[in-house]
Amino acid sequence: MSNWLMAGLLFTPLALATVSLLLGFRQGRALSWLGMLLQLLVSVGLWWLVRHEGGFYYTLAGWDAPLGIELRVDGLVVTFLLLTTLVASGCGIHAGFYLEPDRPWQRYFWPLYWFLWAGLNTVWMGGDLFNLYVGLELITLSAVGLVALGGQAEALRAALRYLLAALLGSLAYLLGVALVYGQFGTLSLADVAGQVRVSEHALLMRPALVLMLVGLALKTALFPLHGWLPPAHGIAKSPVSALLSALVVKASFYIAARVWLEAGVAVASQWMAQLLGVLGAVAIIWGSWLALCQPRLKQVVAYSSVAQIGYLFLLFPLTFGVEASVSLHAQQGITLQVISHALAKAAMFLAAGNLILAVGSNRVEALAGVSHFLPFSLFSFGLAGVSLMGLPPSGGFAAKWMLLQASMASGQWWWIMVLAGGGLLSAAYVFRIYKASFLERDEQDHFYHPDRRLEVAAMLLALASLGVGVSGSQVLSVMAMPFEEVQ
Amino acid sequence: MSTPLLYALTGAVLWGIGLMGLIGLRHLLRKLLALNLIGSATFLILVGLAQHHNGPDPVPQALVLTGIVVSIAATALGVVLIRRYFHLTGRTELESEVPEAGRDEEGHSG
Amino acid sequence: MMQQALIPVFALLCSMLAAAIIFTLPEERQRLRTVINLLAALIKVALVGVMTWGVLNERDYGLSYEILPGVSFVLQADALAMMFAGLSAVLWLLTTIYAVGYLEGSPNRSRFFGFFSLCVASTMGIALAGNLFTFFLFYEMLTLSTYPLVVHRGTDKALRAGRNYIMYTLSGGAALLLGIIWLQGLVGDISFQETGQLKDVDENLHLPLMLVFGLLVAGLGVKAALFPLHGWLPQAMVAPAPVSALLHAVAVVKAGAFGIVRVVYDLYGIEFATLLGVLEPLGWLAAFTIVYGSVRALSQSDLKRRLAYSTVSQVSYIVLGAAVFGPVGTVGGLVHLLHQGIMKITLFFCAGNYAETLGIHKVQELNGAGRRMPLTSAAFTLAAFGMIGAPPLAGFVTKWTLGSGALNVGMEWVVAVLLISSMLNAAYFLPVIHRLWFLSEYEWSYQRRWGRLETHSWLLWPPLVTASLTLLAGLFAVLPFSPLSWAELIAAREYLP
Repeated sequence: MSNWLMAGLLFTPLALATVSLLLGFRQGRALSWLGMLLQLLVSVGLWWLVRHEGGFYYTLAGWDAPLGIELRVDGLVVTFLLLTTLVASGCGIHAGFYLEPDRPWQRYFWPLYWFLWAGLNTVWMGGDLFNLYVGLELITLSAVGLVALGGQAEALRAALRYLLAALLGSLAYLLGVALVYGQFGTLSLADVAGQVRVSEHALLMRPALVLMLVGLALKTALFPLHGWLPPAHGIAKSPVSALLSALVVKASFYIAARVWLEAGVAVASQWMAQLLGVLGAVAIIWGSWLALCQPRLKQVVAYSSVAQIGYLFLLFPLTFGVEASVSLHAQQGITLQVISHALAKAAMFLAAGNLILAVGSNRVEALAGVSHFLPFSLFSFGLAGVSLMGLPPSGGFAAKWMLLQASMASGQWWWIMVLAGGGLLSAAYVFRIYKASFLERDEQDHFYHPDRRLEVAAMLLALASLGVGVSGSQVLSVMAMPFEEVQ
Repeated sequence: MSTPLLYALTGAVLWGIGLMGLIGLRHLLRKLLALNLIGSATFLILVGLAQHHNGPDPVPQALVLTGIVVSIAATALGVVLIRRYFHLTGRTELESEVPEAGRDEEGHSG
Repeated sequence: MMQQALIPVFALLCSMLAAAIIFTLPEERQRLRTVINLLAALIKVALVGVMTWGVLNERDYGLSYEILPGVSFVLQADALAMMFAGLSAVLWLLTTIYAVGYLEGSPNRSRFFGFFSLCVASTMGIALAGNLFTFFLFYEMLTLSTYPLVVHRGTDKALRAGRNYIMYTLSGGAALLLGIIWLQGLVGDISFQETGQLKDVDENLHLPLMLVFGLLVAGLGVKAALFPLHGWLPQAMVAPAPVSALLHAVAVVKAGAFGIVRVVYDLYGIEFATLLGVLEPLGWLAAFTIVYGSVRALSQSDLKRRLAYSTVSQVSYIVLGAAVFGPVGTVGGLVHLLHQGIMKITLFFCAGNYAETLGIHKVQELNGAGRRMPLTSAAFTLAAFGMIGAPPLAGFVTKWTLGSGALNVGMEWVVAVLLISSMLNAAYFLPVIHRLWFLSEYEWSYQRRWGRLETHSWLLWPPLVTASLTLLAGLFAVLPFSPLSWAELIAAREYLP
């Protein structure tokens, strides 16, 4: 059973990517519907399996580590696999109707999309540091390709900037991995974690940790390394922006979090944890402020990503040198933040794409009167905004609640101020969009009405982000599913 | 100092040179080459640091092979993008100043 | 048993469902929309009626499920909850009728009624919330769902008012959230319970609990328009009349006042709060707001703004009642929750009628309107006298009980505040009444006729009904199910040993 599921999860995206290279956009799209359905079945199946039989390690084709590829499947991984299926399918469906099929370069969309998906699945399940690198690079290259899709100078410029930053980040991470291997002679994260705890003089581990974290922070666009993100996410096609903001930046953060929680906490120091937290806090404030100042709708959303990513980095101070229960709260909060931000941001980018399509301009003030004629997309945008502001009942609120509790319990009250202030600032930029769209200019409907299916995709994701808020306990219980040490 | 460790140290120096190049140089191809240099430096460290009492460790060698494949793919993508960018704008560098006009419309019609 | 858990859920769901359906209805399906609106409102009144009867007979309605690790979503119906729920259910029905008439033929009605229903669902949630977390959930939902109503007209002025409203209420929400988190850190997830939950806490928690109280009141005070957090309210008057009526009589300001009542009685417990010494500053703040609101109301020439400042003043009666220790004072505050609701909504309905029928917005334009619109003006007069506190109207009952409650516990200054406030009320309402009935007709530039009646019948009936309720609540205050006897029931349960 698990063999089939794992094969489905890893090889269908790769196979679909390869096959769709040979096809046009429309055939690729038809094939991709099938692929999405398959991914849905497989990830739900895997969830069912883990729920009933516990998590497991899986060695690809029977080759053991270090030469073979070892995958780890547990509750958290299953959660992220399901999330990926949900968000990527939403974006894929949206893209299928959003992109114009007749342009020659569009046929490259599906191959890149599926390579990206394959990379994401690899990262979620990757159990050793080098495979995580390969997965990360697969994601980077396909994401850069997706940004460049469309071929204008502006998109190419953003894509190149993104490529250079991301490659540098990956190489810094790889250098860290090289140091780890030099120290311990193993790449498996679990082994490294075990050895860090017992070894007295792991001299290279701390520089390795710093290098890995810096590299991954660059790829996650943590302030002040965020410069590449807004142009790339702003210029890409809306469904692509949605994928990038929702999932791609989360992949590198996920690696950073796993490295930190499993091996890093043992060798890190308080100032490292606090520094990462402070950078996150600055990202929250500065990113929200810049989002407030952007004249273009998609730039607002893109800068909002910079801010929301800042919340993720509060993980580091809130899990270092605190009680286990506080650390657990923080981890749960961050997981909820990852999930709800993924859903909400995807919904928001898709809705923004619809709005831009409708008014024919990217400028915020062009939205005047759109609430009249396109309430559905605006409503999706609004619901997603509720989650980003961290207001109930949404996943963003659940995440914020957990983080507030963790900050309160660990006595790090300064993060409370950041969380409260960040929420208000994000309300400011979200309400700026509402305000622009509620303005009534004239009674004429001069808007282009996008395909209903485009609006539904955004709406479903936005509703899902609210759903996370009212079912936080259930979502977190999947994460905590048992893991059996089979080996 | 053993030979492999020397490799590792050389790798570190190369990393530094590459990083300086990436930040300091403006021509896109040079930036890409600097990244390649960083990549090679990383591989050198990966192989150099891992030492056994009985000769070289085979695992890093295998990893580096994979790494090289990844780096070729990345370089190829970079070159394609740079070439296309050059064709469209006639530029070989990313200028920081971006003209405001023409950025309002999303790429949909392009 | 199962049914009893489900009734509060249904009460919430019926307006949410209505909202969901209305959002998807196309603009021109007016008849269907009205039917759904009224049906949902009637069902809600019925459900609340059933629950009220049950609560009187000491039945438990409630459910609880863990929404996040360590915190639960709790709904429960107790006497206090039913008071607020009953108010919002009945007034929602009337306001819906009014709004259908008021917005006839204007654009964006699907959006309006959708958010309107969401707003009422949030109010119901606030009423039934069984702990602070659940309360906060609905409190913020109320903020979000009223924003589109405030900016409904889409004019620059409306949008500015909307921005202010959001700034005030979200900041208040942030303070409230911090208070809740802090409290949770101190004592865990505790639910509301009659006579309070905190009286047995450790001595050294007293100082943090005082600070938490401050945060909670600051957060709730924004919606309750306590001075100096009232600034959003007069500006929000640009909204259409039904919205103003709803905002100021039922939903928003009452949510804040109700929250304060909840915190004082069912969380801290009145005795513990008195012990902490937090009630006295709250009382002074409320007293100041009462006088301040009335003084500001004097100088407003815009009718709706005058009413808004009057609200600022009147809502603080409720807070003042909460701050006065002793059962009689409690009754005075609680009963005003209902009395102020029906009186103020009458006044806003009437103001809306004047604006719709004769284009009246300023106070001086009201000259002689009584002859043109006698029924509306009669309702207005009745409610205004109620506000002033003339016997035998509802407002008199409030002021009487509040005053005697304060005297019982030796807080004579409260009586002085009540007297000053009543004089000020008279000073800003009597000239209006004088203009209505005794001055010659103003030259209205705009007049609309609807059939035989002085105005659209859907606009006329709601104020007449609420005005007669004002009278009945005062006349039959001693009968069971009157606001006064219900408030006495609550007070009896709050002060049980």
